[in-house]
Amino acid sequence: MVENRPFLTFLTHFVLILGVIVVVFPVYLAFIASTQGPSDFLSGVVPLLPGSHLMENYGQMLTGGMSRAGAPPLWILLGNSLLMAIIIAVGKIAISIISAYAIVYFRFPFRLLAFWLIFITLMLPVEVRIVPTFKVVADLGMLNSYAGLTIPLIASATATFLFRQFFLTIPDELMEAARVDGSGPMKFFRDILLPLSRTNIAALFVVLFIYGWIQYLWPLLITNDSRYYTIVMAIKRLAAVADSDPQWNLVMAAMILAMLPPVLVVILMQRLFVKGLVETEK
Amino acid sequence: MASIDVENVGKVYSGGVRAVTDIKLNIADGEFIVLVGPSGCGKSTLLRMVAGLETISEGEVKIGSKVVNNVEPADRDIAMVFQNYALYPHMTVYNNLAYGLKNRGTPKSEIDTRVAEAARMLEITQYLDRKPRALSGGQRQRVAMGRAIVRKPAAFLFDEPLSNLDAKLRVSMRGEIKRLQRRLGTTSIYVTHDQLEAMTLADRLVVLNGGRIEQIGAPLEVYHAPASTFVASFIGSPAMNLVKGELHGDRLAIGPSVIGLNGFAPASGPVTVGVRAEDMRVAHEGEEALPFRLEYTEELGSQRLIHGAVGDQQVTVAVSPETELAPEMRIAVDAKRLHFFAADTGRRLAGKVPAEAKFVPAEPVA
Amino acid sequence: MQTKRTIFQNKLLPYLLLVPQLAVTIVFFLWPAGQAVKSSFEREDPFGFRTTFIWFDNYLQLFEDPEYLNSLGRTAIFAVSVTLLSMSLALLFAVAVNRLLRSGRVYTTLLLWPYAVAPVVAGVLWWFMFNPTIGILPYLLARLGISWNHRVDGTDAMILIILAASWKQISYNFLFFVAGLQSVPQSLVEAAAIDGAGPFKRFWTIVFPLLSPTTFFLMIININYAMFETFGTIDGSTGGGPAGATNTLVYKVYADGFLGLNIGSSAAQSVILMLIVIALTAVQFRWVERRVQY
Repeated sequence: MVENRPFLTFLTHFVLILGVIVVVFPVYLAFIASTQGPSDFLSGVVPLLPGSHLMENYGQMLTGGMSRAGAPPLWILLGNSLLMAIIIAVGKIAISIISAYAIVYFRFPFRLLAFWLIFITLMLPVEVRIVPTFKVVADLGMLNSYAGLTIPLIASATATFLFRQFFLTIPDELMEAARVDGSGPMKFFRDILLPLSRTNIAALFVVLFIYGWIQYLWPLLITNDSRYYTIVMAIKRLAAVADSDPQWNLVMAAMILAMLPPVLVVILMQRLFVKGLVETEK
Repeated sequence: MASIDVENVGKVYSGGVRAVTDIKLNIADGEFIVLVGPSGCGKSTLLRMVAGLETISEGEVKIGSKVVNNVEPADRDIAMVFQNYALYPHMTVYNNLAYGLKNRGTPKSEIDTRVAEAARMLEITQYLDRKPRALSGGQRQRVAMGRAIVRKPAAFLFDEPLSNLDAKLRVSMRGEIKRLQRRLGTTSIYVTHDQLEAMTLADRLVVLNGGRIEQIGAPLEVYHAPASTFVASFIGSPAMNLVKGELHGDRLAIGPSVIGLNGFAPASGPVTVGVRAEDMRVAHEGEEALPFRLEYTEELGSQRLIHGAVGDQQVTVAVSPETELAPEMRIAVDAKRLHFFAADTGRRLAGKVPAEAKFVPAEPVA
Repeated sequence: MQTKRTIFQNKLLPYLLLVPQLAVTIVFFLWPAGQAVKSSFEREDPFGFRTTFIWFDNYLQLFEDPEYLNSLGRTAIFAVSVTLLSMSLALLFAVAVNRLLRSGRVYTTLLLWPYAVAPVVAGVLWWFMFNPTIGILPYLLARLGISWNHRVDGTDAMILIILAASWKQISYNFLFFVAGLQSVPQSLVEAAAIDGAGPFKRFWTIVFPLLSPTTFFLMIININYAMFETFGTIDGSTGGGPAGATNTLVYKVYADGFLGLNIGSSAAQSVILMLIVIALTAVQFRWVERRVQY
């Protein structure tokens, strides 16, 4: 539309720049803090310009950790987080896509029941069943293990629905053509359905990777052995220590490291991320 | 290559809805059969039962001499062309054609040869490396045909394969399908709702209505001797005029007008009279005729359709473009060209339907 | 429920395909939820030797417990504030971005990434900014004559977690508002312009009403978020304090069940939370169905 209102355009940019500042500022501050030396916080207020200890702080956190906070070197925690996020994302996608396949392409007794059982998981977030779920995991001997960190989070109604929705948009004739061409159900799944779902899988992976990475309560419950800590769950321990012993530079370095991987994923794969997020909520 | 026999086949869906009733159809090896009828007449269901995509509730389907009721589609030795083509979107044209052969463990060299041959026949060789999305509608249609051809199946099954094309392309693809079928001599079943497509393609056409066969016959047989008012109104364009009349001995009354039949009256009492637009003409002075009140005309170039009423019944007459028109006209009909149908059942009464002709395969053109 | 016109005939295969999903669902979702319902009707003696069935006592006690009622109220304040704050900011940014062409993409990227920040990290970030000893915001507030100490002042603490939780949620709301705005037919806006409506009037009379499905959907999602996904935000900043001022329902379930080890009461709280999620989900799906027909 041809409309030229310079003031409105100015206002638009003004609002957005303000918005970006609000969004970025807390992280900027954390980053600045992470570049300071240990003595720079004694003056009372956090500095607003970068200090000169960036490499030193990050180096120490990555390789040495903060022994007083009982935290191992962060590269171990980052590795655990990465592993957890990937296993959760891949696992959720794998079990969701096959269950959606069963629900859409087969008719069998208790199909509706299966659908509803999956649906119900939407209504039971970990947060509302903390204690009994912990008990189940403990009884199964899955505390302090990668299995315990990931498997209980792997059921996913949203991913199943996304794939179901997508499969329903695939023309029936494609499956019929494949059958005439001699494809059985597994061959059709592998040769036709899986390649066609590529974009959806990638988009979902981005969203689920972030979901897995930012888990906090679950690893907090399931692990007390620092070998299995994830970086996100360790943040609080580090911060709590810093309150009495202000090594803010080191804590904030850990914060930045905890944020960086998923934030980079969002920025670099923005298109897939947006698709994944918008489509799973349909 | 094989004959296909459909013996008393019926289809009832799980909800109890009946789609197809008691279909008997014997298709000779190499024959081109067209199933035609309005939507919902069961033509696609019948085709899909032959393909193995729908279970057969009643009766038997034989391909060759083997009953295939419980045989997977892949094992029926058929190939199918779908209305929306159903090309695998993520595969190149080459892989689309090769997929069925690969699944059957055909050796690579054999696949290459067959794909190349089919591609040449359909003139899609230069597109073999493209994905379907990079092709036009007509090209996709060719690929879909190619996928059927490479398999060298016993039968081709076409499910409205031209419906998604524009009118001009449809006509040229129609010719091409016919040419290919003649050349390959493969038994074919072709489903369409377009009577013109049916007429032009079929060795024999099968007119379906409400899940039953109305008539089986060569296109001209069906055109000239429709077995029922349904067939009469469905086959041919413009549709055959159907008017209510009454036979008194050798005379036919249509509304207030009466004409003599010269001994062609098949019955007496109320009947439905059918007459094609081109079988009527403007009457000469003094000739026995029906009064016709002109309402509007349609110019077709080679002829002119005049629409109007005889009594209170609508009638369309085809005349030459030079014919003089007047608001009130008189229309003559040739009694030999009248069709009579029972007023209640709509079945043909006279000039009875010719016996089902045997199919004689034409010499391959190529 | 919808399937394909033709289906594969295998009898066993679909069950095999469903086994992993259903196994995880039953073992880690349904079974614990069932346990929670069961425990919520029981009392365990202090040594865990005996449990007695006590009907609704746990529930009744909860609703007589001033701490629980306080938590309920705090949660409501928190959820409503987070929803309002993050949604209105997100809408503002979305409308602004929607006015721009190329530069809008840059702003979008810059506004989107906090989605990937863990709630606990968001909590610690804001806690750091508001830290009474070295935080920059208390320092600036002091210059304005406002004293800030969320360790002592409950209102300060509540504001802190509202800001932290809203900050993280802006990106999500922003994304959906942008998508919603893009689906508003341009022709309607143009028609309104021809009818003489200025930009602001056009927004309130045309765009905003057409956006209402998105707005409603986001409201539900945000309430859900504020209630159930902010455990980390609170744990990373106020830890539920001071004096229970930021002790939301979810935080309380954790604190009572894990730190306080009051199984029966914690289970009853879980069940109440489940009912809330079920209600929210039901509303959401009813709405989604309506939106499809719309």
